[in-house]
Amino acid sequence: MKLSLNWLREFVDVDLPVPELARRLIDATAEVESWETIGAQWDPERIRVAEVLAVEPHPNADRLRLVTVEAGHGRQQVVCGAPNVAAGQKIAFATEGAELIDGHTGERAKLKLRPIRGVESAGMVLSEKELGLSENHEGILGLRPEAPIGRPLVEELGDIVFDISTWANRADLLGVLGFARETAAITGKVMREPERTHGTSARNVEDAVSVTIEDPDLCLRFTASLIENVTIGPSPQWMQERLQKAGMRPINNVVDITNYVMLETGQPLHAFDYDLVRGNRIVARRAKPGEKLTTLDGVEREFDGEMLLICDGEGPVGIAGIMGGGNSEVSATTKNVLLEIANFRPGSIRRTSTYLKLRTEASLRFEKGLGMEMPEFAQHRALHLFEQLTGGTVASGLVDVYPGKEPRKTVIVEASRIEQVLGIAVPTEDVRRILTDLGFVCHFVPPGRYSVQPPDWRPDIEIADDVIEDIGRIYGYDKLPTTMLRGVLPAPEVDPVRDLRERMRDLAAALGFQETISYTLSDLARLKRMVPEDDTLRSNPLAVVNPVAAQHAYLRTSLRPSVLETYASNRRHVDGALRLFEVGFEYLPVEADLPHERTVLCAVLGGGRETRWAQAGGERLDFFDAKGAVESFLNGIGVRAAYAPRAEFGFLEGHTAEVRVGKERVGLLGQVHPDHAAMFDIDEPVFLLELWVEDLVRHLPERPEYSAPSKFPEVRQDIALLVDAAVPAGRVLEIARSHRSGTIRISADLFDEYRGKGVPEGKKSLALRLRFQATDRTLTDADVAKGQQGLVIRLSKELGAELRGS
Amino acid sequence: MSSEPSLEGLREEALAALASASNEAGLEQWRITFFGRQDGRLTALLRSIKDRPADERASFGANANTLKQELEAALEAKQQDLKAAALKALSTESAIDVTLPGRPQAIGRLHPVTQTMRDCLKAFGDMGFRVAEGPEVEWDRYNFDGVRIPEDHPARDMWDTIWVNTLIDGKRHMLLRTHTSPNQVRVLERTAAPPVRVVVPGKCYRQEATDATHEWMLTQIEGLAVDEGVRMSDLKGVLYEWSRQMFGADRKIIFHHSYFPFVEPGVEMAIDCFICRGDGRECHTCHGTGWIEILGAGMVHPEIIETAGYDSSKVTGFAFGIGVERVALLRWGIEDIRNFYANDVRFLSQF
Repeated sequence: MKLSLNWLREFVDVDLPVPELARRLIDATAEVESWETIGAQWDPERIRVAEVLAVEPHPNADRLRLVTVEAGHGRQQVVCGAPNVAAGQKIAFATEGAELIDGHTGERAKLKLRPIRGVESAGMVLSEKELGLSENHEGILGLRPEAPIGRPLVEELGDIVFDISTWANRADLLGVLGFARETAAITGKVMREPERTHGTSARNVEDAVSVTIEDPDLCLRFTASLIENVTIGPSPQWMQERLQKAGMRPINNVVDITNYVMLETGQPLHAFDYDLVRGNRIVARRAKPGEKLTTLDGVEREFDGEMLLICDGEGPVGIAGIMGGGNSEVSATTKNVLLEIANFRPGSIRRTSTYLKLRTEASLRFEKGLGMEMPEFAQHRALHLFEQLTGGTVASGLVDVYPGKEPRKTVIVEASRIEQVLGIAVPTEDVRRILTDLGFVCHFVPPGRYSVQPPDWRPDIEIADDVIEDIGRIYGYDKLPTTMLRGVLPAPEVDPVRDLRERMRDLAAALGFQETISYTLSDLARLKRMVPEDDTLRSNPLAVVNPVAAQHAYLRTSLRPSVLETYASNRRHVDGALRLFEVGFEYLPVEADLPHERTVLCAVLGGGRETRWAQAGGERLDFFDAKGAVESFLNGIGVRAAYAPRAEFGFLEGHTAEVRVGKERVGLLGQVHPDHAAMFDIDEPVFLLELWVEDLVRHLPERPEYSAPSKFPEVRQDIALLVDAAVPAGRVLEIARSHRSGTIRISADLFDEYRGKGVPEGKKSLALRLRFQATDRTLTDADVAKGQQGLVIRLSKELGAELRGS
Repeated sequence: MSSEPSLEGLREEALAALASASNEAGLEQWRITFFGRQDGRLTALLRSIKDRPADERASFGANANTLKQELEAALEAKQQDLKAAALKALSTESAIDVTLPGRPQAIGRLHPVTQTMRDCLKAFGDMGFRVAEGPEVEWDRYNFDGVRIPEDHPARDMWDTIWVNTLIDGKRHMLLRTHTSPNQVRVLERTAAPPVRVVVPGKCYRQEATDATHEWMLTQIEGLAVDEGVRMSDLKGVLYEWSRQMFGADRKIIFHHSYFPFVEPGVEMAIDCFICRGDGRECHTCHGTGWIEILGAGMVHPEIIETAGYDSSKVTGFAFGIGVERVALLRWGIEDIRNFYANDVRFLSQF
């Protein structure tokens, strides 16, 4: 909404400085985004109001004229090329040195006078363009006849235009009057209403037109008036100026009046050429499905059966509340005007304009909900202007079909409720003053109750708390104290998946991974680089109807493409090791329900391992870095896992493992298949690990497995085992770690794997460090020997292992 | 007896040899020469005491033992000297260039949005708010209808929605939540009776063009407190405390009127500009107003309280919604929101 300060001042005195007014409006009413000062560049000394006294031909040029003006310092003669300059006109006059916009170049420049075709010129008669008011350079700008000669133009025409965002529930703030009321309430000034008096002719409008509302659920009120014998022409300068400041284009006096009254009151109006309304009747009815109308913008539109049309005796002449039809448009030849001002169901207007993709100044107002009394108010305001500005006569009476009439609402507001909601008691006199200023009728009913009737133009006021908001915002939220919540705390929200997810985030960072967050919407091609066709769940992701871009059309079912893409984009400018992770959802489709948002941690690593000297060609991160990370993650959360080779789409077989807890898979790690890495433009070994938070959470120990450190020394012993080369080392460790010898605990670590000289073909040697520990005594050599022997026998039985060198 | 060295001669010889020893090996050689178990010269001397004539034996023995003690002490002193000299050399000739870079250790960081989110949740957690998450892919009845934004309501313009392409009974109902407010409804739905005091963190989506201050994927924290006696002044108190935690203890806050269909009254909160402190007309952060718009809030609409099954004449509540990226932008002076999801580690690793 563009709000002219001059226009506002017509209805309320404003003596606050502009920034202060803006601030108070922001605090209490609506968001003032910015304001523009019109005339800030107009030098009050050099640009003034002048009167044209005489116009004579230029002796040396046919297109130029010599104009005598009076600007308060005696008669002056200027050379002027404008076609529309005429004696008796008030105009804007600039003298040497005034800063203007050059009519031809559009550049800002100081006025330099020089003879034109041999005749001296004392100044310049200005166009709108030269003043920066519009692009119009056709003719000079005419001022109102009463403008005082010699008055600085900035005082005559200068203005402030605010750019304000208003709220979706306040159609009244899409009119100057709405802001006048708010300003009055904020500043304590009195608001004036616009002139609405007019004469009437002997002709009665009821004889000229009949109105029928066939669908009173959509058309709540319809008023019509008739203005006869109008003279179509331009509207006066002041009206055009205000329309332009509001961002509208002046068209002719009739159309301009409808727009002007809409901008002033917030109530849209529509003018028909009465003589084009067939059958002297207007019908508001739902469209027949498929019915068509070419609207004012020249577009043929087709309607469905829920759209409300305004029709005449033969067919549609307008889309209710949105746009009129071309068939009944006011034109240069219009003599008689039928003026429609109505009220429609807001949701219906909203629906129709959404479906037709046609948002207009009218629809934006109707969809927010307008006061039911506004049509009548706007009729008289418009008729006043018609009488003044078109030369037409107003037929007596008003056609007013009003099926939606309801008794005026009363809202009871308990004084205690004000304090209950706001946390502060507002004095009774403030409540009454605020509500009265805003147009409410407010009765205080002792001991502590207000009976309130909201003004008609505020259909948004439905309940006591709506009234309390108005009290609060005008009273000032700065008066509210800052207090702290009281009462008992609710039970904690239990969410183990979230808790584990956050622990894993911390662990990832501690393990050297940088967290990244990527868009959760991807595209099919990218997803399918890492999702196999036969994974029917993941290869059929949910699509969105209206993605912001084609590459964000599907909800991702895997994080793998995301982290690989992030890896690739960073590889372009990072040498050396890259370790990245993301925690996010896989959005897995569920039939006829919301998708399963499955929490997954996905990490990627690759590149040269950090060394002391930053140099290329060092050791690269490999599978065992990924595995070490997984082990640390699981160690960090107290889960013991096993690993087994796995064939997985997108991964290099023989270099990929699944992570298992018991029989359940909880994750995956491995080298991304070089062919798949290449799809992401990665041309180096890259390793990916994935841990499935929702599966892991089921295996979390309720609390850490804890035992007091033993007071007795542990005994260490290194042994070497010979096993078949095919036996996974993990099996040996698993058995060793699960082994018990009476009350003696044995722990085992692998410290070497060796094949080659001294080891038979097809075998490998595994070096284990065993630690024996009892909690109740110091171990004897015999204890240790027995423990070791038991373990070796078991390994020999289960895996065919033999003690090397024995 | 003439071939027998005098005690005095042995002493001088031993001390001279010790003085010339310059390292551990020399000392060991010296020890073997004089104290060697088999044929150390002092050892031999001591062993010979018993062969002395009886009248000399006592005095010779005493002198020999004195000499032994003296030489042992001298050895000990020499060892200390050598150790001190070696340490001295370590600090001088073998001093390292401490300005050389260290051996690199991998360090990871959390994403700035995660960090900011956690700091916010911590601030609210300290005030008794529980964390309750909800789905990102939502039903329109939670995202819109449940928060008083029915179809054909102009407030739907406030959130440009990305819809999921599934039809249920011929209509689209599934969408990417445009705000975290739907989880207000879910939390109220599953809470039989007040109090409710939760914060809802999570991603939201808007169908809008991206620029320096707008992203189509964003992170929000929704706050909701519902109980008997919850007042707008409590909302002010809670948000004041959060502002101080996030932006500094001397922050000021201001409420101005705003509109959200699910709150009544509705406000927008601004904090005083901590960049220019209100005097910078050129300030890019507050645009010279001295105030930075930071979040929307208000008192929960009584209709929503009633829908939850609570008595709205007794039970009141407040709600607020914070854009986490915006908070992160402000606290670190980041000029472009698009940095967050571009995932350039050169950016991310600075936080």
